[in-house]
Amino acid sequence: MNNIGKNYFDIGYMDTLAQGDSWLHQLDPRAKLITTLLFIIAVVSFGKYTIWAFIPFFLYPVFLIAAGGLPGGYLFKKVLLVSPFAILLGIFNPLIDREIILHIGTIGISGGWISFLSVLIRFVLTVIGALLLVALTGFNSVCEALRKLGVPKPFVIQLMFFYRYLFVLTDEAQRMERARALRSFHSGFMKYRTFVSVIGYLLLRTLDRAERIYYAMCCRGFDGQIHRLTSLKSRSRDFSFISVWLILFIVFRIYNIPEALGAWVMGCLG
Amino acid sequence: MGYGVFGMSHHIVEASDLYYTYPDGTMGLNGISFRITHGESVALVGENGAGKSTLLLHLNGYLSAAQGTIRIGDYPVAKKNLDSVRRCVGMVFQNSDDQLFMPTVFDDVAFGPLNLGLEKQDIEQKVVQALETVNALHLKHRPPYRLSQGEKKSVAIATVLAMSPDILVMDEPTSSLDPTSRKRLIGLLKTFKHTKIIATHDLDLAMDVCERTIVLHQGKVTADGPTMELFQDENLLHQSSLEKPLRMQQCPVCAAAKKR
Repeated sequence: MNNIGKNYFDIGYMDTLAQGDSWLHQLDPRAKLITTLLFIIAVVSFGKYTIWAFIPFFLYPVFLIAAGGLPGGYLFKKVLLVSPFAILLGIFNPLIDREIILHIGTIGISGGWISFLSVLIRFVLTVIGALLLVALTGFNSVCEALRKLGVPKPFVIQLMFFYRYLFVLTDEAQRMERARALRSFHSGFMKYRTFVSVIGYLLLRTLDRAERIYYAMCCRGFDGQIHRLTSLKSRSRDFSFISVWLILFIVFRIYNIPEALGAWVMGCLG
Repeated sequence: MGYGVFGMSHHIVEASDLYYTYPDGTMGLNGISFRITHGESVALVGENGAGKSTLLLHLNGYLSAAQGTIRIGDYPVAKKNLDSVRRCVGMVFQNSDDQLFMPTVFDDVAFGPLNLGLEKQDIEQKVVQALETVNALHLKHRPPYRLSQGEKKSVAIATVLAMSPDILVMDEPTSSLDPTSRKRLIGLLKTFKHTKIIATHDLDLAMDVCERTIVLHQGKVTADGPTMELFQDENLLHQSSLEKPLRMQQCPVCAAAKKR
């Protein structure tokens, strides 16, 4: 649990990153949100055997990491951490799809392996795209951007509260787990029954807390609406940011640059 | 600082014969009456489960008494007056995490004023003023979960001050603070001119901040009078599982030193 707490939930560090002051940080959150969505759409829209055509897309994360002064290694570790999900998604492809579609020397490679690799690349690109958005913008500004872009308010408020109390909840869960671990001498893992009661108790505490928070909100005149003072201002450079990347994504999507490059090199050599 | 231009009666808190039993049958209040007038600072003390928190929850209508009434200024606390009552009574919770729910400190302090529908500029000014009062202006852009307990408490107080309440109600304000933060808080509380009602086990705090104390025991008021007098009464304190404030106890170490 401690490890889980450390790895999955040090999202707080992302907020620290988001307080940087590069020009990327200062872009309108909406511009970054839209660009990220375009990036993700472009990446997932490729066919299932695509591999080489993804290479130009790595320009986007590399550029953002460099220009935003972000710790690339840290972000990459975050991606690795969630990668089991992607592996699980694609692991059966090689078993199902055994048709040989590529020969390297004398070894035939089946379509399943190609599409598995393709899933992994897509996964790395999309996850790092999303992580970069949060690292450059901050979770709350992303929420604000969602709201300004017309996402229903209750949904955005849910997200905001989720993020605010995630830390409190993990703290609580970790304290309970520590208390349990200190009194269980023989078993490292939680027994099923203990687990059920820990989860149940956590739920009760959460409900209690929810009620207290609601009360605190009522005390300060909550009427079902959350108002905020911040206003987003977009400038011309926000539009240029979106446009430049949009054009690049379209070019990357339509032209298979690595293949063309390869053909050109081969042509020169030949 | 101006805290409203209401008549004096606006700041009076008057409870008469309050009874409350929780849905599970636990007795909360068992006939409580008192009257707190404008500008008074009152400590509410008593053992765990004496009814302090239950009483506080009645002060702005979160719980409503099964019997008896409570009046805040000109209004009885009832459903139709809740808005005016809650505007008038500023509540500082025991656990600041329950009170700070917005993404940044600034947003949180602005939450109340925004709900009151104030002008944008006024809101900014109020937020800055409230944060300045508690010495927390530098925390403006920080997310609340990153603050220390002491900082959280200061900000929680600012969120309430920004609504310009007439009456400040606090539940165990010093319970999670280190000695220095506690001292700072006590200094701050002394500067407030509001009517104050503070539920606490920290009798030294009560001595410093409150000239009057109400002792609760099993849902009843067992004593109500000047703080210094009540705290001399060891029987009364003992009955409520309390002890004399540390400053009023003879320090064994110093006494031994004197003998030598």
